[in-house]
Amino acid sequence: MLNKVLVFGEIRDGEFRNVAFESLAAAKQIAPDGEIVGVVAGEEVQAEGKKLFHYGADRVTAVEHTNLAHFTPEGYTQALKAAIDAEAPDAVIMGHTALGRDLSAKLAGRLNAGLVSDAVAIEMKDGPVFTRPIYSGKAFEQVTVKDGLLMATIRPNNIPALEADMGREGEVASLDAEIENLQTVIKNVVKNTATGIDLSEASVIVAGGRGLKGEEHFKMLDELADVLGGAVGASRGACDAEYCDYALQIGQTGKVVTPDLYIAVGLSGAIQHVAGMSNSKVIVAINKDPEAEIFQIADYGIVGDLFDIVPKLKEEFKKVVV
Amino acid sequence: MNIYVIMKRTFDTEEKIQIENGNIVEDGAEFIINPYDEYAIEEAIQLRDEHGGEVTLVTVGEDEAEKQIRTGLAMGADKAVLIEDEDVEDGDPYSTERILGAYFAGKDVDIILAGNVAVDGGSGQVGPRLAERLGINHVTSVVDISIEDGKATIEKDVEGDQEFIEIPVPLLITAQQGLNDPRYPSLPGIMKAKKKPLEEMDLDDLDLEEEEAEGKTKIVSRYLPPEKEAGRILEGEVDEQVAELVSVLKNEAKVI
Repeated sequence: MLNKVLVFGEIRDGEFRNVAFESLAAAKQIAPDGEIVGVVAGEEVQAEGKKLFHYGADRVTAVEHTNLAHFTPEGYTQALKAAIDAEAPDAVIMGHTALGRDLSAKLAGRLNAGLVSDAVAIEMKDGPVFTRPIYSGKAFEQVTVKDGLLMATIRPNNIPALEADMGREGEVASLDAEIENLQTVIKNVVKNTATGIDLSEASVIVAGGRGLKGEEHFKMLDELADVLGGAVGASRGACDAEYCDYALQIGQTGKVVTPDLYIAVGLSGAIQHVAGMSNSKVIVAINKDPEAEIFQIADYGIVGDLFDIVPKLKEEFKKVVV
Repeated sequence: MNIYVIMKRTFDTEEKIQIENGNIVEDGAEFIINPYDEYAIEEAIQLRDEHGGEVTLVTVGEDEAEKQIRTGLAMGADKAVLIEDEDVEDGDPYSTERILGAYFAGKDVDIILAGNVAVDGGSGQVGPRLAERLGINHVTSVVDISIEDGKATIEKDVEGDQEFIEIPVPLLITAQQGLNDPRYPSLPGIMKAKKKPLEEMDLDDLDLEEEEAEGKTKIVSRYLPPEKEAGRILEGEVDEQVAELVSVLKNEAKVI
């Protein structure tokens, strides 16, 4: 029986990432009758922290410090450790993002805790059983934490958040913590994700391969993604050919994504790419080669010239997307 | 500089995965150095060539990993250590943290490089866990690093954004794609690698009890995702195909 679950809500650019709310839903799943305590960390996060009540938190605590203005593993580990010492939870949940992956592993090290990373589903048996992809989604394993503090990170976009209940409100408590001896100095941050939609959280992804034939043609995918409020990804081939940045790469090396809609444009469907996207809910493939492997896993396929199809598709989507 | 690389033998990313009796079938599969660890090895070699010192490869795993270790040595690493963990119960990232922690205890380390994740287990836990156990700083997902006067200047990839960091050594970093272009072993490199020192040890040699390294988590099952059935190829002229696609996405699949 888990009586108390601590959920760390990640805030980026002043706002919660959606996976913060999904983490609350995961906490509810593993402790239906337990208390859910939301924790936020940053320089000034009290106001934003209130939103956790709407999504299932029973209490919310903020650790605020000038040294938490920017994420550093050491700073945030101290903040979370202080919250865990104060609350003595049975479990700790957070999102499996760049930050969450980094923080959860260091924190698990500090606490000598078992950590299940990147869970996509939870089943309750004697205790929580977490499903997580291995080999980038070519297979799955089910994992339990044997004893002691249970820690888990959940993959964005897989465990649905509870519907916001604006009637659930509360005061965000403040926790004083020493955040000191930080040796990481962040000199500068350059934001490249102009749309602000991260691949791992995007519900629609338009991905291009070598069939795009050049960097200049990737704009076409940007435009299509914009219409759908999605993000752009790429195959390894397209990245190797320097059509786009490696940050966009989806596959066994690169990002693993599970959007609602994945539109594969001019990519062949090599196994190492498919590993990174095959668990998408609906897959559309556009390729001029009817034998391309991508059609084996696509729900809907169009065989033809992408340079003809993609602009038309954009116009057609414009008509139906509000 | 004392430079260490934590590397892992993994399935080739081109391999299909098969499961029998809950276990991954390894027979006949091709194995490689975890691709992210290749970046770590390459960067370690470059740091050594610039600053002097030695590159030591450290693997926790089975005997079979010797092949991948020799490849790393052929790339240019100086020596290697293979720590066998066969007898550890429920081996997980915590186990690897404890084993590597015992190995590094008392060692004079300037920098440890690891891959950002292993493409098999994919947790990305071991690097930060180990840094925590050793009480040193870490930076994950590094795409550029230079070291001068005991201070590392790093570019880190944060989901596509770039973060520029200064941090003192000793330090553990995890390598992200884009850090470098790993070299292929040269023929002379491969010949030399055969004679480079490879030390094999087990938990007894590290004064670590098997129970201390017992995993904190337990795998209860493994399975393959259901085979996807090939879907529907839309027919007709381009305009018709496009119209039908948008219609089915909206009305049938309901994803837009």
